[in-house]
Amino acid sequence: MIAPGVAGLPIGAFGLFGDAFNFVFSGREAETGGVTVGGTGQVIDLATTQLEVTVFALAVAIVLAMPVGLWLGHRQKGEFLAVSAGNAGRAIPELALIALMAAAIGVGMVNLVVALAILGIPPILTNTFVGISQVDRASVEAARGMGMTEFAIVRKVELPLAVPTIMGGVRTAGINIIATATIAPLAGILTLGDFIIARNVYGDAGVLAGAVLVALMALALEGTLAAIQWAMTSRGLKLERS
Amino acid sequence: MIEPATSFAAIDQSFFTDRSGGGCIQENKLFCPGWVVDNYDRYVDPTLQHLVLVGSAVVGGFLIAFALAILAHRHRFLQTPFLAGTGILYTIPSISFFFLLLPITGRGPLTAIIALTAFNLQIIFRNITNGLRNVPPNVTEAATGIGMTRSQVLWRVEIPLSMPEIIAGLRIATVSTVALATLAVFANGGGLGTEIVSGSNITFKTGIIVAGSIAVIMAIVFDGVLLLTGKLLAPWQRKRVIT
Repeated sequence: MIAPGVAGLPIGAFGLFGDAFNFVFSGREAETGGVTVGGTGQVIDLATTQLEVTVFALAVAIVLAMPVGLWLGHRQKGEFLAVSAGNAGRAIPELALIALMAAAIGVGMVNLVVALAILGIPPILTNTFVGISQVDRASVEAARGMGMTEFAIVRKVELPLAVPTIMGGVRTAGINIIATATIAPLAGILTLGDFIIARNVYGDAGVLAGAVLVALMALALEGTLAAIQWAMTSRGLKLERS
Repeated sequence: MIEPATSFAAIDQSFFTDRSGGGCIQENKLFCPGWVVDNYDRYVDPTLQHLVLVGSAVVGGFLIAFALAILAHRHRFLQTPFLAGTGILYTIPSISFFFLLLPITGRGPLTAIIALTAFNLQIIFRNITNGLRNVPPNVTEAATGIGMTRSQVLWRVEIPLSMPEIIAGLRIATVSTVALATLAVFANGGGLGTEIVSGSNITFKTGIIVAGSIAVIMAIVFDGVLLLTGKLLAPWQRKRVIT
């Protein structure tokens, strides 16, 4: 099928990629007939949902995992727990987690965010622990000698020095979460993954458009988190690295 | 405007009627051991397919990443572009990657293997380059001093000393790939995912639990085997590596 294209451009000439491009910008009849699918309206709708669940889940994961990692790292305790949590987290099959969550507990936003947050917790916990516990103990002792409280040591000494490692964990978590948010339609929340999963509705053009959009969103999220990391890293650490 | 996806909620009755286990299956309880006993054979093929997907992706990813790391070790200026390039491949979600390949390789295991390989590159590449970089300079200088050529230093000194990091990278890559390969079902790539989304039905809890558990066990076994391999290849254990 040759698509007419946006603004008269001969987009059909680019094959399926052109057709997918066209799918994003102008609606068309669904493969199943009847309703109109695709077009900027639906794309923005689904992309917004995907971003929302990703940000929610990442926030929940940070709030739950980071304090534990900070505390364990500061006390230099629980290395086995923190590191094995990271290893175990990688072994969780995302698809099974989402499917089981949806089947056993039910579909919906809250359950989805919980399932996605579960995927985000291990890398944040492990990296926060590793980052904090690898801070030079001499610096910590010096801070203690200056009369800093334990809380101040964490906040003013350990945390700034561990920013690159901690943010590494947050970035891994973010990538995992946004990638898994793609299969959220299985849990009843329509994200851009709907284009990919429901091929019978959107056709191959929709599938490819969904794939491109998801890839772009993941790269944009990674870029944003990298920029946040850069902004949070102290000048001294940046000089040391370059 | 937004149409619901295919109705995953609709349970395919034929899937259950011929299954044993009393009322457990009909009521779709959380876990029906009776069904598993009678149906374990249906997990054999998906498990084997899963092993092929993971094996190919990890071996392929290792070979490519190893070549890239050796190149970047010889020519330091390549390190940044290689890291950035593999970083992009790592960031693109696998499920999206499957379908970016759709116009090129279509649907099937090959598509899934390519996407999973691309995902692996960064993890393995970064660990190999870190390992090579962490070899103490005095060791390589001593090796040069006793008359080793550059490639002898690389193959007989630097790579063996980097073994703990290389194995650590392979462990992370393998475990992650075992979990990710469940998504291959969306690319018609087979694997354990077929038993999770069996017959457009993702509400059958026992099936999800069995397939998910096989994946987790597979990840643990691979991890253990690589851990032992690492111990054998680097008996001195230069230092502890936190993965």
